[in-house]
Amino acid sequence: MTYCKRGTKGYLYLEDGTLIEGCGFGARAVRAGEVVFTTAMNGYPESLTDPSYRGQILVITHPLVGNYGVPKKEAVEGILTNFESEKIQVAGLVVAEETEPYKWNSVMSLHEWLHSEGVPGLSDVDTRAIVKRVRTKGAMMGVISSGYEFEDPRKFLEKRYDEIDFTEFTSPKEVIVHRNRSDEVIVVVDCGIKHGILHSLYQKLGYTIVRVPCKTSADKVMEHRPVGVVFSNGPGNPNLLKEPVETYRALVEYGVPILGICLGHQIGTIALGGRIRKMKFGHRAVNKPVVDVTNNSCYISTHNHGYAILDKTDMPYGAKLWFVNPDDGTIEGWYHERYKILSVQFHPEARPGPWDTTWVFDRFGKLISP
Amino acid sequence: MRDTIKKVLIVGSGPIKIAEAAEFDYSGSQALKAVREEGIQTVLVSSNVATIQTTYKMTDRLYMIPITWWAVEKVIEKERPDGIMVGFGGQTALNVGVDLWKRGVIQRYGIKVLGTPISGIERALSREKFRETMIEVGLPVPPSGSATSEEEAVKVAREIGYPVMVRVSFNLGGRGSTVAWTEEQLRRDVRRAFAQSYIGEVLIEKYLYHWKELEYEVMRDYKGNSAVIACIENLDPMGVHTGESTVISPCQTLDNYEYQEMRTRSIRVAQSIELVGECNVQFALNPYGRENYVIETNPRMSRSSALASKVTGYPLAYVAAKLALGYSLPEVINKVTGSTCACFEPSLDYVVIKVPRWDLQKFDRVENSVGTEMKSVGEVMSIARSFEEALQKAVRMLDIGEPGVVGGRIYESDMTKEEALEALKEKRPYWFLLRRQSPEGGRHARGPLGSLRAGHILREETQGPRGLLRGAQEDEEARQGHPPQGEEVGLQRLPDSQGGGEG
Repeated sequence: MTYCKRGTKGYLYLEDGTLIEGCGFGARAVRAGEVVFTTAMNGYPESLTDPSYRGQILVITHPLVGNYGVPKKEAVEGILTNFESEKIQVAGLVVAEETEPYKWNSVMSLHEWLHSEGVPGLSDVDTRAIVKRVRTKGAMMGVISSGYEFEDPRKFLEKRYDEIDFTEFTSPKEVIVHRNRSDEVIVVVDCGIKHGILHSLYQKLGYTIVRVPCKTSADKVMEHRPVGVVFSNGPGNPNLLKEPVETYRALVEYGVPILGICLGHQIGTIALGGRIRKMKFGHRAVNKPVVDVTNNSCYISTHNHGYAILDKTDMPYGAKLWFVNPDDGTIEGWYHERYKILSVQFHPEARPGPWDTTWVFDRFGKLISP
Repeated sequence: MRDTIKKVLIVGSGPIKIAEAAEFDYSGSQALKAVREEGIQTVLVSSNVATIQTTYKMTDRLYMIPITWWAVEKVIEKERPDGIMVGFGGQTALNVGVDLWKRGVIQRYGIKVLGTPISGIERALSREKFRETMIEVGLPVPPSGSATSEEEAVKVAREIGYPVMVRVSFNLGGRGSTVAWTEEQLRRDVRRAFAQSYIGEVLIEKYLYHWKELEYEVMRDYKGNSAVIACIENLDPMGVHTGESTVISPCQTLDNYEYQEMRTRSIRVAQSIELVGECNVQFALNPYGRENYVIETNPRMSRSSALASKVTGYPLAYVAAKLALGYSLPEVINKVTGSTCACFEPSLDYVVIKVPRWDLQKFDRVENSVGTEMKSVGEVMSIARSFEEALQKAVRMLDIGEPGVVGGRIYESDMTKEEALEALKEKRPYWFLLRRQSPEGGRHARGPLGSLRAGHILREETQGPRGLLRGAQEDEEARQGHPPQGEEVGLQRLPDSQGGGEG
């Protein structure tokens, strides 16, 4: 017996024909996207603004979302310290219960935030049932509605998630510079970077950061005379990204130290002859173990990926195994002995998530200046 | 390590008493199971016949004798075990371990201490040593300083910031300690304190008035791999014993930064006491800012570890015993899933509330308020998909005659606002059920969340997860303001039955 506290109904339609009714919140809107779930129990401001979630409808499995509201944006030298990008990136949000905040640093509620950014939300639904469906049937497209009845939700599902190059929406159009203690430059090939990565690089390494658009050629990258290059995280299917792969391959020839994170890791894998395949429903959590196979240490890390190196035979040429997920055997990272490359599928910058693997940035720093 | 060990002595917890109850039977039993699986002989010392761990099937050898160092020494002399585990029998067992070490018994018989080394245990148990250790590794502890004159006391207090607690040094039981909110009050209190102090010294400590209290459960193996299994948030502020607190898990009012900062710190605490196995770390968090302090750690299975096990389904005691035998976290297989490893942090799609069960009328001359000493005799744990549902279930199952948060004896009592506030100030047991009379003095306007109106009063008094209470309140108002139009709709509609079920 549900009633909607905001007087708005909402729906989620899954491509297998499931229609779920709940309450709408946030903006009155209809959006299509791939339905994915995260098991993170807090950190929703970070998750919602993570560009890697672009084009996806996010289901949060923890039942109460919104308890601590939304803080004010804070930034150091243009790098946000408490959000992952300037705006909400998800296509829609699905929660079991959307709550009102009471917290000293909250400036608005989750509902107000979604409303102001034009993103629809759906609450009062059985998120566990949705997750079970996605887990058994694999990642699915879906349509979320807040405040509108569906006439024919299928018409929103003409294009599949995997066919769209979402980096068009998340990559900056121009070069962005973040000045730092050192004038030496790290170039970030920005396909939709999380500010957490920028923050970690900025704080830990001290180099000036130059962010270039995702589809920048290697020559353009080298014009900045970088001491190192970072291939950022980002949304969507890495197999659609021809230009960054080319850039990566050329930069390897230049011998610049490279750090690849998430999408950047996938780009690197493809560039060096490896294979990236879509996973059944992906890893999106802040509690995933990764084992460093070089010394058998185990770390808890943040994951957000729907594609990965699924098998050792898919490893890029000449790369050495670095991290493995002990639960399903997914390869979560490699390094290269001949070239100076570190490549990780998980998120060492965390945000949201545990700080156990932030040392990866220090390792990259050592690669640049031993 | 496990190849060289043939026989292990496990120190049990002994009699069940307030603050040391059946949770230690659970941890001891789990440890016995984990050790025996390895083909290692077990010797148990426990004097309580009415426990699972003393069942004949659980252990190879059983000594039903008092749990004291001299009795355990006799057992060691007779059995000559290769290893000893002291982390599975509560504080009693831990103390026996420290005593045996100090008297050189463990060293004399060449026994390996399995799990956290005794030096680490000592660092965790002694308040001074723990404080020193924390400062050494750069973790924040509540600021404090001693003073021998009024002026010095004022200076120390200025550095710390008000409010401060004034303690008379070397006075047991915290007697004679007062709270000063202003310099004027401090001067008055300090003069009195000096009059009481034999050595003319007072201790000025930061008073963590209504700070949030949080607990993290940490697993750590001999290699330093760590995982934080659960975070538990107390609805009661600092100053209320955890055993007396109503708690919720997972933590509900922490943002990512707060959660991760304390998580990282809890792992560093575990590292600083060379933990092998399981410990819980308590924090105080400023409800209006970023500061947090490490309060203490229990380097053993504790009441909260038992709770965390039930909350998450992660077998803490079992895994802790495996780690003590020299396994690393990724090597231990999670018994719940059967395929994943123990190096993970459970993620919940439900909330759990624990409510203590008091039985104060059974004790003569007991103070009728909830405080720093544990008086509850049991607890109720409930699992639900929402805060309200969990609280409702827990209160109903307390067996105190309340059908839930609404409609019972406490709910129906005609208490004035002043009386309710007074009772809250005193923190009487089941304070969260208190509810003031409706303004008209007649029957109360009642709704399914009616009693949560107490939350409004509480807001002046406590620092619980008030957002939840306020949310519920507004929920109620919204409900009254906008009754659902037309036909009520179901929670969800799934075209076929698959995948519905639970929830």
